[in-house]
Amino acid sequence: MALVEIRDVHKSFQREEQRIDVFTGLSLDIEAGSFTALMGPSGSGKSTLLNLIAGLDKPTRGTVRVNDAQVSAMTPGQLAAWRARNIGFVFQSFNLLPVLTAYQNVELPLLLTNLSGKDRDERVKIALDVVGLADRADHYPRQLSGGQEQRTAIARAIVADPTVMLLDEPTGQLDAKSSQEVLALLQRLNNEFNKTIIIVTHDAHAAERAKTTLHLEKGDLIEKPRSPAVAAVR
Amino acid sequence: MKYLRLVLANLGRHKLRTVLTILSVALALFLFASLRSVTTTLAATAQFGGARRLVALNATGLVFPLPLSYANRIKGMSGVTGVSWANWFGGRYGDGNTFFANFAVDPESYLAIYPEIVLPDSERKAFIQDRTGALIGKRLISRYGWKLGQNVTLQGTIFPGAWTFTIRGVYTPTDPAIGDDVLIFHHDYFDERIGRAGIAGWYIVEIDDASKAPMIAKSIDDMFRNSSSPTKTGTEREFQASFATMWGNVSFLMSTIGLAVVFAILLVTANAMMMSARERTGEIAVLKTIGFSDRLLFALTMVEAGALALIGAALGLGAAKILYPAINFNGAGFLPGFKVATSTLVIGALVALGLMLASGLVPAIRAARLPVVQALRKVE
Repeated sequence: MALVEIRDVHKSFQREEQRIDVFTGLSLDIEAGSFTALMGPSGSGKSTLLNLIAGLDKPTRGTVRVNDAQVSAMTPGQLAAWRARNIGFVFQSFNLLPVLTAYQNVELPLLLTNLSGKDRDERVKIALDVVGLADRADHYPRQLSGGQEQRTAIARAIVADPTVMLLDEPTGQLDAKSSQEVLALLQRLNNEFNKTIIIVTHDAHAAERAKTTLHLEKGDLIEKPRSPAVAAVR
Repeated sequence: MKYLRLVLANLGRHKLRTVLTILSVALALFLFASLRSVTTTLAATAQFGGARRLVALNATGLVFPLPLSYANRIKGMSGVTGVSWANWFGGRYGDGNTFFANFAVDPESYLAIYPEIVLPDSERKAFIQDRTGALIGKRLISRYGWKLGQNVTLQGTIFPGAWTFTIRGVYTPTDPAIGDDVLIFHHDYFDERIGRAGIAGWYIVEIDDASKAPMIAKSIDDMFRNSSSPTKTGTEREFQASFATMWGNVSFLMSTIGLAVVFAILLVTANAMMMSARERTGEIAVLKTIGFSDRLLFALTMVEAGALALIGAALGLGAAKILYPAINFNGAGFLPGFKVATSTLVIGALVALGLMLASGLVPAIRAARLPVVQALRKVE
């Protein structure tokens, strides 16, 4: 069974008088341990798909299952608890809390667990070490470079050991060098720690790092996956 | 506790704004406590009065005197165990701008009727024996650094001239409503100097049984009904209450001002909270993405609002509670026994709680209901 199962998903938005159909029956499977890049022009539904997988948005019709849990049927309260355990989300603009240090930002997802302060400390230090920022733990976001901020955000995304990592344009605001560092880190997380990664990107270089690339256009998958890890049902 | 750091970090985001908001709440509750204490002190003063003491005034009004000859006639009435009299003097001290309550009394009978005025026997004797002697409250001693035996000169206002008294005793009231910043002196001396002998401002009548008070009061008034100076007699509590009701509108005004100030501060605090919440829309969306539930974000926002309100309340109410006793405040003698009552602190704390709910509720509900996708779209 696939880690992520999307079945006959319809998603439409109402913008004033106009109804916009983003997906009209999208189905997709993503296997555990895969590294998938979602590409496509603006408005093709990449971020919407990411939001549906994360349970941040609900499909108009159809089902989204992640790790055997039907995300699309959960209540907001259930979704919050589920997200805390299963989803690590990374944004294009890092979205670190400016009033917290790198350490405190990374610790945030662990506050939602029952871990003791000591265990949280241990995990945060490991996460920061994995992303190469152990020496920046006490720095505030304004004291970090863009690449360091994004690596902190990645540490925050992995610290609770989520089922899936979802990244929305993670290199969109980084220079070439920082982009390469972040992508290399993601590749390492996938290869060494077997993290399932789904990344939305416009950047072909970023997509090259993924094992599988999916192209979305007007809500449809228009290209078959390169790898058997991802099987586009439609 | 694990979320405390997050709450503190958010409060420290705009330190100046946080400090100003806390100070606004503190000031509002300080004013609330102060204004309410005025009304509670007045109410307490109105409650003062021995159950066995009556006060007889000129029926026309307090400013009109009564003949001193009434004393013996009242003393002879059935049920009356003691009679004393006093006259408001209204002198000012020093350059004429310093005021404290001062009046002429008949020393022996007055001290006998008011056991709440406590002083050493030697000083009591010295005061009674010295015709120009004065008895002062302990607050006046500490305020002006006077000493026993020292001469003090008051400038008469109603009764002109320089009036010099020798301090013969210092009293400590056992009931705060009596006031500890009063100067009393001999009525004989007063009577002699004003050149209008034989008048008293009011009589204090001690009776043997409190239940007879209405009957004896009526008897006194009946006795002088057809004289040139008819009396109006009531219990001492009624007498005090009549003074307090003169403040009636002031009390209402103070309560209204107090509420208006609290309401104004509520708007300031609510605005600060709303601004803070609006600035953090993106961060709230990020926290929701991480897995913070609506309920948790609601609670954290309320805790922030609560911290502002409660720290402000603690500062404001604490300052009122500590400051007034420290400076021995009594409203220039018009508010004897002024204190911030426990009930005022409790109500102040409840006001702070209401402030927390009113200022925190809207941003907290907004945070809880924030649609993540739309909020993230704005941020991204």
